[in-house]
Order: sequence, then C-alpha cells, then structure tokens
Amino acid sequence: MSKRFDYLDNLEAQAIHVLREVAGQFERPALLFSGGKDSITLVRLAEKAFRPGKFPFPLVHIDTGHNFPEVLEFRDRLANQLGEKLIIRKVEDTIQRQGLQDGTGKYPTRNALQANTLLETIEEFEFDACIGGARRDEEKARAKERIFSIRDEFGAWDPKRQRPELWDIYNGAIRKGENVRVFPISNWTELDVWNYIRREQIELPNIYFSHSRDCVVTPGGQLLAITEHIRLDPEDEITVRDVRFRTVGDATCTAAVESLATTVDDIIQDILTTKISERGATRLDDRLSEAAMEDRKKNGYF
Amino acid sequence: MNILKFITAGSVDDGKSTLIGRLLYDSKAVSHDILHTLERQSRNKPDGELDLSLLTDGLRAEREQGITIDVAYKYFNTPRRKFIIADAPGHVQYTRNMVTGASNADLAIILIDARHGVVEQTHRHSLIASLMGIPHLVVAVNKMDLVGYDEQTFYRIAADYQKLAQKLDLQEVLFVPISAYVGDNVVERSQNMTWYEGPTLLAHLETVELSHDLPEDEARFQVQYVIRPRTDDLHDYRGYAGTIRSGFFKKGDRVRVLPGGIETTLKAIEVHQQEVEEAYAPQPVVLHLEDDIDISRGDSIVRLEDAQPAVSQDLDLEICWMSERPLQVGDRYLLRHNAATVKAIVKEIRHRTDVHTFVQQPAEGLALNDIAQVRLRTAQPLVFDAYKKNRATGGLILINENTFDTVAAGMLH
Repeated sequence: MSKRFDYLDNLEAQAIHVLREVAGQFERPALLFSGGKDSITLVRLAEKAFRPGKFPFPLVHIDTGHNFPEVLEFRDRLANQLGEKLIIRKVEDTIQRQGLQDGTGKYPTRNALQANTLLETIEEFEFDACIGGARRDEEKARAKERIFSIRDEFGAWDPKRQRPELWDIYNGAIRKGENVRVFPISNWTELDVWNYIRREQIELPNIYFSHSRDCVVTPGGQLLAITEHIRLDPEDEITVRDVRFRTVGDATCTAAVESLATTVDDIIQDILTTKISERGATRLDDRLSEAAMEDRKKNGYF
Repeated sequence: MNILKFITAGSVDDGKSTLIGRLLYDSKAVSHDILHTLERQSRNKPDGELDLSLLTDGLRAEREQGITIDVAYKYFNTPRRKFIIADAPGHVQYTRNMVTGASNADLAIILIDARHGVVEQTHRHSLIASLMGIPHLVVAVNKMDLVGYDEQTFYRIAADYQKLAQKLDLQEVLFVPISAYVGDNVVERSQNMTWYEGPTLLAHLETVELSHDLPEDEARFQVQYVIRPRTDDLHDYRGYAGTIRSGFFKKGDRVRVLPGGIETTLKAIEVHQQEVEEAYAPQPVVLHLEDDIDISRGDSIVRLEDAQPAVSQDLDLEICWMSERPLQVGDRYLLRHNAATVKAIVKEIRHRTDVHTFVQQPAEGLALNDIAQVRLRTAQPLVFDAYKKNRATGGLILINENTFDTVAAGMLH
C-alpha cells in the first residue's frame, strides 16, 4: 500500500522514526535550532512525532552574534508559539571566557567558533544527544556521516571509527563524556526540504524570499549583506540588489543570491533551474580548501 | 514519485565511483560549481581526463589513496524517481560497510570488470546481497570499451554469474553491458553495443517495481515512545508512538501485545494528531488501546487475525561480524532489535560460511567480516519474524557492552 505514500511521506516517516528513537534512547537530548529552514523543518517533524505531548528536548540556539535580526525575531516567535523551551548561548561569551581570537579580517566569520560554544553548552546541560538539520547532499564529508554520529568528549568526528548503521536500527549507546549528533533529515536534499515546506505550508523568516538589500560584491563575485560585522573599504563595490538567502547562518560568511522569488513556488522553480549547489552559492567558509568541512567536523563542528 | 534506494558493489578498480559519477553527471545532478571543482582536481591526474570518481570520494584520505573508505550517500532525481545511492567500498577490509549499505537497499548493482570476469570479490558481494535479502539485483559488466565491446565476453560473464546466482538462490538478475567511463548504457543507450537489446541501467532503475510493504504482510508495530502529556485537558491521554513495521492496522482490530501476550482492541489510530480509520507500513502513528495495559518501549503490537510472530529467548541467526575483536562462544552482548534492547549470550557457532566458495565450516571464533550461523540466548524473549519473510522485523544488531560499538548485523531464522 506504499503507493498512497509519496516520497515526501517516506522522508517524513524516516525522520519521525529517528526523532522518536532519540526520545526513547537518550536522557538529555536537545534540538539545535538556528532559525534556518532546515531546523524549522525539524521543528515541524518534532510536532508530528510528539504532539499532543511536549517535545522531549529543549530548542538550543548557538548565537554567533552575526545573525540576521529577522531570523532572531522569527526564532523567538516560533519558540513562543510552540510553548517549548528555548536555550540561547552566545559565541561572544565563549570568546570572552576562553580568551579566544575572534574572527578577523574583512569578513570575520565566527562559523568555526560556534563549535566551542556548542561544546560548552553540551557540557553545561550534559546533553547526550544533539539533533541537527544537516543533510548529506550539502557537502562531501557530510555524505559519509551516519544519522547517529558519535562524537568523543572533544566533539570530534572520526570518519574511520563510525558505527555501521543497519536498517533503521540506531545505536545511540555511549560512554560518559561522549555525545551523539543526530541528523533526521540526512537523506533530504535542498529541493526535498522546499517541497516539504510547500506541502506543509511552513512559515519561514522573510530573508528567504526576495527583497531589496545593500550588498557588497566579494572578490569571488558573491553578494554579501552589509552589516555592522564586516569591514567596508573605499574600493568596495556597493550595490542594491534584489536578493534572497539560501542559508541563514553567520551573516559574515553567508552570501545572498540574486533572485526575484517571492513565494515558495518561485523558489522551487529557482532551484530547479539553478546550476549552483547550495553551499557553493552561499558559503564562503567551504572555499578555503577541499577538506574544509571535514576539518571543522573533526574539531567538533556540526 | 517514489524512492529507490540502491547500492553499488565491486572490487577495488571496477569503476564503482566512476559509475556513480556517470549517473549523477549524465542525469544532470551535478551542479556547475561542483563540476568546476572536479575539473580543478582532475587537472592533477596524469591523463587529465575528467575523473568522475572524485564526485563520491569525499574524504581527504580517500582522495590521497584513491580508495573509498566508507559508505557515501548520494542523491539524484529523474522525473520518475528519487534515488538514494549507498556507495559501498570494494576494499576487502571494509565489507561491513557493504552490509550497512545493503541493509536498506531495494536493489544492488554488482560491478564486474569485463576484462577479469567473475572474481573472488564478486562471490562475496553476491553472498551479502543474498544474505541481506536485497529484492533486485543488477550485474553491470563494466569497462566493455576495454574488451572491444565484445558480445561473447559479455555473455560468457553472464553465464558464469548465473552459476553463482543459483548457488545463492538469487532469483531475479538483470545483466547490462556498460562502460561507465565512456557512458555506454548507463544513462544513454550505447551506439557501440547495438547487439544489446535490454534497458539501460538508468531505465531499469526508473522502472523496476518496488514490491515491499505489501498490504498482505502481517501487521507489526513496535512501541518507540509513550506519549503522556499529563496536562489537565489530556489527563488520561496515553498514546503509543512508533512506526508500523509491516502490513496495516484498522481501528477496532483485535490485537495482541507481545511479549506479554495480553489481548485487547485498537481503540484509535492517530497520524499527526488526526484520527484515521487505518494506517499502513511504514507510517509513523500513535496507537491507543481499549484496556489499560502496562506497555513500554520495545513492546510489539500485532493483529490477532494475522500469522503470529515468533516469541523466543533462543535465537538462530546468520550474522556478519563487524568487529576487530573476535566473537567467541560465551561472549555477552547487548542485542538491539528495533526499539527493543536485551542482553544476549553466544551459545553456539554452528558454522562459518566461506565467502568465496560458500562452503560451511565449523569455527571456534569469528573474525572481522566473517559470516556465520550462530545461536544466541537472550535475557528476555524477543518478538520477531524470519528475516527472509520480513526484513522490518527480522534484523538485529549486536553491541559491545564496553565500547558500545555495533559489532554485528544479524538476520533471524
């Protein structure tokens, strides 16, 4: 009877199964929530998995201090509507406390520093599992990661020591100090997420849709929103463009794409015709080297 | 549109990664920037050709050594289907990764190098495909360009493989002559092998019928999590959340809760907070029962009118051993069967199967990548079906009690 069940139903079923396994296997899980479309999708899936009960985990936001204000407003409103607990921990505070070097240069990213704050937060609340919205189609190192990904006490991912993951049986058993990162939408692509958002009529922060914005053109030809966090030099080319964001991370390393897409349908059309991958279009941090993501993951990054 | 999950298996240089690269490339699933990176990386290669294998070899160690060390998942769509590829390494010591990829696969592509024909690794990969109960099998005879697209070579290999398939009771096998490197019969029909009249590889992947989750399967459900809001307006709400493993349930069905054995009636079925009359595998649901019974995570609910599952503490099963530490009689492990976790002790190693000759031999202990039939005794009874009958209720894993590593995949008899 799976014919009544279309592919989005299948992806949804797998994700709900994974979320319920987290609830069943762990004592202190958390859902990492950035206000981006992937974590908003996770929230919808959690509602389907656990309502009318409460979520068996709080939402946790690791705030880089470089977020778009629209996304933060959206985050607070959604947590409020859900009636679920929201924990916020700031990268700023970690930098102070640990005496870390803040991002420097023209576009001072705090993307890698997020890992430090995440690890501190895991320690503070003794989280044994952190649910995240990462997808395998995003990047080559992610393509190799399990749905239940065991991290050592430094948060490090060891690709050679991953547990085999069989059928839909998930092994979340860990030793003290270890924790698990769980990726329920591992098998979704960017297009799948958008199709699901359309089907479920999920509300998103408005920066995902076309709007007029002051941007600076980077030497690589990408458009970066002008915020207080980047340094503008006299020779910079400043321009007003109709843009939208495909991902909404750290504003210093998340580029905008030119687009007139004002609805979810428009965006799906955009994606179907576009020829640049999601991270390729928007992430300055992955350009550093072929193994940039692999290295960050080994250092505790998502 | 639906989803086909498939796995590719072959020896080290059979061109698996190139085949996947070719599928992604010819079906236009590779975006411009990734292609650009590919061109940049390929420039360091001696022949300067576009190296499609770089699309899947994600980790630095793999690129440096030119091998694939772990299962990589890749995705692409055609208008007919969404495809999920598990790229399983052919390297001898990583067989456990093929088992991992195979556990969720609807179809396996076994690659054979046309120059070498059926080799030792082909036996191993086919045994795993058979053991893991993958419903559909395709043998892709690759590198046909290097044997002059010779028809006789292809048919000789197909005949050799048929002998192997008979030994393993592999039912449906399709043979396709391809060159992943050139692109023959992968997405585009080959102009070099007009003697081949069957479908291209992609055409087959798009049309092969997925016959799992048949409604005539026995209804099986296992509790993952109990939803108890304990709020004023939902004071008595007690819902059993889980995934329907197979078959379907209807409101009002007489059901049995196992392993306890208590019978009751299905009072309500909820899907995303909506009450429904019936629900099917693999839907996630919340079930409500007429009677107040003590039920917890890992308990099973089955329909009374269906054939009943086995309920036993003595288990006979095939296992694939996945740990560097050997398995011995008397060893204790944690056994996880979907949401149920019990302690288990190894009572007997009945025989080990030679993965190349399929000969069954007695064995004292099991080493990494061994495939064997064993008998286990568990602390509490397990509720299960034979794996060959029901992949969703017949598979289990063993977990080392100290390291908590997953050390075996088990297929129950």
